[in-house]
Amino acid sequence: MNPFAYHTPETQEEVLTLLHEHGDEAKLMAGGTALVIMMKQRLVMPETLISLHRLRGLDAVRQVNGDVHLGALLTHRAAETAALLRTRLPVLAETYRHVATVRIRNVATVGGALAHADPNQDPPVTLLALDARVQLSSVNGSREVPLTDFFTDYYETVLRPDEVLTAIRVPIPPSHSGSAYVKFLPRTADDYATVGAAATVRLDPATGTCQDCRIALGSVGSTPLRALQAEAVVRGQRLTPELLREAGVVAQQQTDPISDTRGSAEYKRAMAGVFVRRALEQAWQRAQAGS
Amino acid sequence: MTQTITLRVNGKEHTVEVPVQRLLIDCLRYDLGLTGTKEGCSVGVCGACTVLMDGQMISSCLTLAVLADGRELRTVEGLAQPDGTLSPVQQAFIDYGGFQCGICTPGMVTAATALLEANPRPTEDDIKEWMMGNLCRCTGYYKIIASIQGAAARLRGEETP
Repeated sequence: MNPFAYHTPETQEEVLTLLHEHGDEAKLMAGGTALVIMMKQRLVMPETLISLHRLRGLDAVRQVNGDVHLGALLTHRAAETAALLRTRLPVLAETYRHVATVRIRNVATVGGALAHADPNQDPPVTLLALDARVQLSSVNGSREVPLTDFFTDYYETVLRPDEVLTAIRVPIPPSHSGSAYVKFLPRTADDYATVGAAATVRLDPATGTCQDCRIALGSVGSTPLRALQAEAVVRGQRLTPELLREAGVVAQQQTDPISDTRGSAEYKRAMAGVFVRRALEQAWQRAQAGS
Repeated sequence: MTQTITLRVNGKEHTVEVPVQRLLIDCLRYDLGLTGTKEGCSVGVCGACTVLMDGQMISSCLTLAVLADGRELRTVEGLAQPDGTLSPVQQAFIDYGGFQCGICTPGMVTAATALLEANPRPTEDDIKEWMMGNLCRCTGYYKIIASIQGAAARLRGEETP
């Protein structure tokens, strides 16, 4: 690993000032589980490393009106076990539990993972289906960005060099809603998915038709993605095997996977269709079962 | 750039000067001479380098030593009593044959120690989920699970199978 100048700011203001001073030459480190590997492989060689581990107050889970706010420095393990998440957004707690292993989840943070922007991750898929937003801050102020607009390419986001991601805001789904995340893992349980699919469905209790729906996919493109055309297919419809199949077919047309050790591009695309179908069906059943 | 850090390892305080890019595993092994912790995959997957930092298991191969400044660490060397009496987890790994070649064993017993501190009555599925991040390339998993079940029973003061 190459040497670097090392900073351990204790307040958010210090972080923002350091980023303002060092900009592109600096890298923020939260848990470090992704960044340290990239630094060891010299894929990333920051001149300045700003570790956030002394920063306080950015690791809370709180309900604010109709949203759950996750502090960016919350660990995956803390997210997975947080009572508020388990009761209000169980699909998200469940998704965090699917990430890597307990040892990694003890350290990896929810904000750091989004900023890392690896398209093979699990949480962004569920967060997209839940219509989450992220809070980005710099010395010039703060802005809120829908997660749908956050990822731009492999390991690239709209984060500017002087910005830090401080929080994830997730709306609590209204009643008659259901959500699901399914991860297709042909190798080991701690691996990245071949395909990950998440769906959120809100039903009209009177007619049983789908009022609203969001479908998201991971590992099948340069960013996690929303399958918008498939969502349009589902809205206003009743649950039938034909509808699920059609949604899967339309969703897989939106994918652009690469061939790697987790499957060929062709196989991943086919599995995207299958797993959208399964996620959608599970979300629908949960919407019917819930209040 | 170097930095002076103070680590409390297995109850003993150490002050060392390290380059900021030094990894915790290298600091433990080469600066402190605690070679019980092993390096396997170097990317946080295999679990051989598992140590406990402030009671939580972490990959010391993915942790900068400077990050451990002021923290409390436990390594495999700190599991036994000062007089050499093995911990119940270590003893159970011997009694139940929970290791073969031994390279994964320090990480295994350290992770299992953390598990039984967090959950004294783990089910087999709890054990599998927790230990999923510790790989044994001899594939001695059944006996590792039996060792942890045995250790858990002993720690609870129960009869062991």
